[in-house]
This record gives sequence, C-alpha cells and structure tokens, in this order.
Amino acid sequence: MCRVVDLQQAVLAKNDASAQSLRAELAARGTTVVNLLSSPGSGKTALLERELVLARERGVPVAALTADLATENDALRLARSGVPVKQVLTDGLCHLEAGMLGGHLDGWLPEGTRLLFVENVGNLVCPASYDLGESLRVVLASVTEGEDKPLKYPTAFGLAHLVVVTKTDIAAAVDFDEAAFRANVQQVNPGVEVVLTSARGGVGLGALLDRALAAGEGAAVHTPVMAAPPAHTHTDHTHTHAAVAQTRP
Amino acid sequence: MHEMSIAMAVVGQVEEAARTAGATAVSSVRLQVGELAGVVPDALSFCFELACTGTVLEGAELVAEPVPARARCEPCADEWAVGMPPQLSCPVCGEPTAELLSGRELQIVSVRWEDGRPHERTREPISEER
Ligand SMILES: [Zn+2]
Repeated sequence: MCRVVDLQQAVLAKNDASAQSLRAELAARGTTVVNLLSSPGSGKTALLERELVLARERGVPVAALTADLATENDALRLARSGVPVKQVLTDGLCHLEAGMLGGHLDGWLPEGTRLLFVENVGNLVCPASYDLGESLRVVLASVTEGEDKPLKYPTAFGLAHLVVVTKTDIAAAVDFDEAAFRANVQQVNPGVEVVLTSARGGVGLGALLDRALAAGEGAAVHTPVMAAPPAHTHTDHTHTHAAVAQTRP
Repeated sequence: MHEMSIAMAVVGQVEEAARTAGATAVSSVRLQVGELAGVVPDALSFCFELACTGTVLEGAELVAEPVPARARCEPCADEWAVGMPPQLSCPVCGEPTAELLSGRELQIVSVRWEDGRPHERTREPISEER
C-alpha cells in the first residue's frame, strides 16, 4: 500500500538535542562555550590569540578548540598563548556539529575550564545552522570585508548574540563606514551589540572577554529575532494533512 | 556545502521512520524550507539524490516547499514580508520589537512510501516538535 504519512520532524532536531545536552553537561562542569564564526581571513585567529593571553593574565581558566578543513597552523599559533588548545580537522566538512564537538571534548577539556572558545570552520554559511551548545555566539567581520557583509550573510549575522568588528586599526585606510555597517547589522539582527576590536592595537579585547564571562554567569544574552521561536505557527502548511494518514490505491 | 549534511539528516530520519513503520520503497519526501533557513534548495536537491543512493529512499523525489519569511511588530500592529536581504527591524517604528512569524523552517512534513500493509486508514502519531 502506497501512503502519505505525516512526519513533522525538524531536520536539525538531532543536532539541537545534542547541543542542548552538551550545554547542560558543560554548565554542570562550570564551562561556558563561545562559538566564533567568520569568513576566512577575518582575523579571528589573531583576535582569539590575544583574547586567550588576556584571559590567562586575568587568571581565567580558558581553553580553545579550533576547527579547520585541513591545516594545523591555527592551533600552533593559538598554543603560543600558553593555554590548552586543540586542533580539530573536519576532513572537508564545512562546519562543526554538536555531537562532533562533544566527542572532541571527551578526555581533553581540562577540569575547571571556565571558558571554551570554539573557532568554527572559516565560513559564514554552514556553521550558522548548527548550535554547538554555546552560550555566546559571536560573529566576526573585519573592516576590509565591507559594510554590506551582514546583508550578504544574514543567517550568520541574524543569529549572532554579539557582533565583533576586527582590524579596526586599519579602518581609516580601507574607508570602513562604521555607521553603515551598524545599520546593516541592525537590519538583520535588531538590538544586537557590536564590539569594535583590534588585535594589533589591543582594542576591545576586554569587552569580548567580559561578555563571555557574563554569559557564563547567567547574565541575559541578546535574543536575535531570527532565533526566537515564532509567536504562533503558521497554519497554511502544518496541519492541513490532519492526523490521519492518507492512503492511496 | 552543508546541504550534504542536511540531506543526510533528512535521509537518516526518513530511513528510521520507514524502518519503524515497516515501509519499503520511499517515493517522495516533502520538506519545508524557510527563506531564512540558510539552505540553498537546488544544492539540497542535488545532495538529496546522492544521499538516497543505496537506501530505502533510492530514487525518491524531494519536494521542497519554500516558506516565505514574515515578521510582525506587536506595538505597531504591523506585519511584513521580510524579504532578502531580510528586514527584521520594524519598518514603521524602527525599534527592535519584531517577532519572526515564519521563515526558519527546515522540516520534514510528510513522506510517501510503500508499507506492504493492506488498505486501511491508520492514525499516525504526530510529534509536537514545533
Ligand atoms: Zn514597530
């Protein structure tokens, strides 16, 4: 018998459930995950390196996991900060998933780690769809990437808890229009905070660390419009098939 | 290209449902794809075909239903089509008061399969995941 059966299953439900349990498990261990998303060349690794050094200087137990398609350069660079760093090679997979992250943390994540920075695979498309169990999702863009970056990658920017601008030391040289960038961020993610940073100039490092620590202490984190569950489900598709499986001859 | 991961997740979920129901050949899968789901439907169809190979879904058709993104501002009683790039701040008051009504769906709606059972009207449980 050929029949049509209603399934009504969210495709990402499995990842979302893994992320939810990883978040709870890490919270019980006192660890907060910060998920860092950006395009390649955004200066994410340089900023993270400085962030790790600052955390160590302040006595905050911190660790970093960096995901890459192939090379190990990022891990070597981050390891110079002196904090525990793990490199994960995704073998061509363009994003991390919660289950994968959990597997990589098993037996590695040092006890007492307060902040775990996860440097996601460098792109702004695929990682946006996957909750990793983070408490703070940070989307970064450098001043060289253009003011319209948030409009080109609305899902990534639209789901950010915090937006970070990098390389602001060269903003004038590349004619970065900060007001236009902020307006574009607000269009896709109204109310989200934008933090200006420069790894080279040491600007904004404390602000990012403070936001991460606050998120770990349970301070309210921005809720993006795009992340909020719909106020009511639209009825045009979901319930028309009713609960009865339709049979076809 | 995460469409491959998405396609494999769809195939995995349908395979599991088919196994539970004792279904053999799956002929089509209906999927809602929101405008803001971050998925390219054409890439997804391509990957779906590959992901179905060698499974009970071999040769199955993917029917992707696009879901337009709509948002609403309660204080303004305003509702609008979000568009692309999306306009998620209220076009009337400009305040960060919008709610997204639709557009993030990535949901398997239904499947059509051969389950080898006689003609009968069965009641299928619907999970309340949304
Ligand atoms: Zn309004």
